[in-house]
Amino acid sequence: MRLTEEQQLLRDAVRVLADEKIAPRAAEIDRTATWPDDVRRLLASHDIFAIPFEERHGGLGSDLLTLCLAIEQISRVCATSGLILAVQALGAIPIQVAGTVEQQDRWLPGLASGEMLIAFALTEADAGSDPSGIRTRAVRDGDDYVINGTKRFISHGSVADSVVVFAATNPDAEKASRRLSAILVETDRPGFKVTRVEHKMGIRGSPTAELAFDNVRVPVANRLGDEGQGFAIAMKTFERSRPGIAAQAVGIAQGALEVAAAYAKERRQFGKPIAELQMIQSMLADMDAATEAARQLLYAACEAIESGNGDAARWAAICKLVAGDAAMRVTTDAVQVLGGYGYIDEYPVERMMRDAKITQLYEGTQQIQRLIVARSLLAGS
Amino acid sequence: MRIVVLTKPVPDPAAGAERLGPDNRLDRAASPTVVNGNDEYALEAALQLVEAHGGEVVILTMAPANGTETMRKALAMGAARGIHVTDDALAGADLPTTIRVLAAAAGQEAFDLLLGGLDTSDGAGGAVTAGVAARLGLPLLSTAAHIEPDPAAGRVRVRRLSAKGYDIVEAPMPAVISCTQALGAPRYPSLKGIMAARSRPIAAHSLADLGDGLAPADGAWATRVVAAEPPTARAAGRTVTGSATDAAREIADFLADRRLI
Repeated sequence: MRLTEEQQLLRDAVRVLADEKIAPRAAEIDRTATWPDDVRRLLASHDIFAIPFEERHGGLGSDLLTLCLAIEQISRVCATSGLILAVQALGAIPIQVAGTVEQQDRWLPGLASGEMLIAFALTEADAGSDPSGIRTRAVRDGDDYVINGTKRFISHGSVADSVVVFAATNPDAEKASRRLSAILVETDRPGFKVTRVEHKMGIRGSPTAELAFDNVRVPVANRLGDEGQGFAIAMKTFERSRPGIAAQAVGIAQGALEVAAAYAKERRQFGKPIAELQMIQSMLADMDAATEAARQLLYAACEAIESGNGDAARWAAICKLVAGDAAMRVTTDAVQVLGGYGYIDEYPVERMMRDAKITQLYEGTQQIQRLIVARSLLAGS
Repeated sequence: MRIVVLTKPVPDPAAGAERLGPDNRLDRAASPTVVNGNDEYALEAALQLVEAHGGEVVILTMAPANGTETMRKALAMGAARGIHVTDDALAGADLPTTIRVLAAAAGQEAFDLLLGGLDTSDGAGGAVTAGVAARLGLPLLSTAAHIEPDPAAGRVRVRRLSAKGYDIVEAPMPAVISCTQALGAPRYPSLKGIMAARSRPIAAHSLADLGDGLAPADGAWATRVVAAEPPTARAAGRTVTGSATDAAREIADFLADRRLI
């Protein structure tokens, strides 16, 4: 697939920045499990947050593929840093797809500049793959909603300035898919609290928080779309956000492949570099093939989703499914190529293997992706 | 202020694809190109001066037709426009010709300062910036580590690297300054800068546009490369083994013997 000149230029600029400014920070971000606000500022000052936003909001007006190219390049060296862009997009998409012009003008410029961070809060302790179990309530009181409940596993939840919360406004609606509404909650509102930040296996610099809403009062004007549209907005959001996770996965795989190939050329056993051993060559070739296949699928998915061909949910699911599995396999094999050195934190592949795992879990597990693909395949006549 | 910066596309050192053609001249099609490193430092200094004093930065490049690609990278850093001197008759031009051509092109701009890198990473002649000053009859402030213009007074003061530290030198503007890395690291272009650079103007000039007699007919250059050889391979290094303390002492002695420490 041929990228446009603009896409190539932006990709290459992000790659240089990632290699020279972010890569040297990756190991420390992982080891200390601290939010890299310096990376956020770097992405902001180079307009990288601006990629998926319209020019009237201070964005670059670029397409989904361009955003994915940036996420891929950053994730190649640091999955936590790549995720910063993906989470910002995840939180912004509900505003882009369901917000009024007034809401967009109010909230999107701060997100495009990277001065404001946003999070997406759907998951709860008992409601992940099945959002019909969501218990967080938003009760109408005059011109406000009063929100009560707890959200779990919310990326950037503890650093975001606002959170798109999916809460039940119509708990008695017959269809489970009509019970939720999407409401933007500024995190400085009274009653909003970060109650826990998780200790994770990977993406350790990315804060994953538990958020408590204790009578949080929000104007009705903060609701995105109509009452009861929350589930539809969330699904629409995933159609454009899952490719970002696929891009993160492709980036992680590419990073691991590059480390493994370079190591194989240096490491000598049996009197020659292990890269000359066919068993190593075979692994490297399979890693390259899996990574490239996932990448090309991702790029094709972005084009298909952007074209609005009506099959977006399937494309988004397929590209995340394939890329996430590829990243897990490629990073595991990268550790194998490095042998004992792959298992210690002197080399980045053990980190990449830990980081890869999350791409099979969040924004819908791989099992949910398969469900979506099968449903699309078997629907209709 | 108007500042003209000489920016030359050179083979990308990271690509490692630099090679010579059959005539011992650099094969400019063989390697992807980047803005010459020292020129980037000059450009960064120019951009900072314009940010502080107002005005515009204009980049001036003599290069083959595809040189615009590299010029866009310089424009992405923040230069307002480019001047691209390109002519088949200039392929393989020697230093005197390069100097005459660049001086003629720069002379068409009413600039306050003309900045250039101390040398380039391909030809490494190290004479072009100084030569342009001579050709234009302008003061040269060389090996600059800091540049301080006073536009109201029409003067510029430069801190210049010297063997013992710095010299402070001053000249009336317009002036020419050769730039070193002591000026400070060049910025990374922002994505908006990259996008904006695509529509910034690059004026193309042929030799004929600049005047007569700038280049010898038929490429009869004053100098030519008669032979080129790769540097001899370095001998194998010496490996120091033993305990950290012993090894450190041995390395320190080795360096002290050669008066390096």
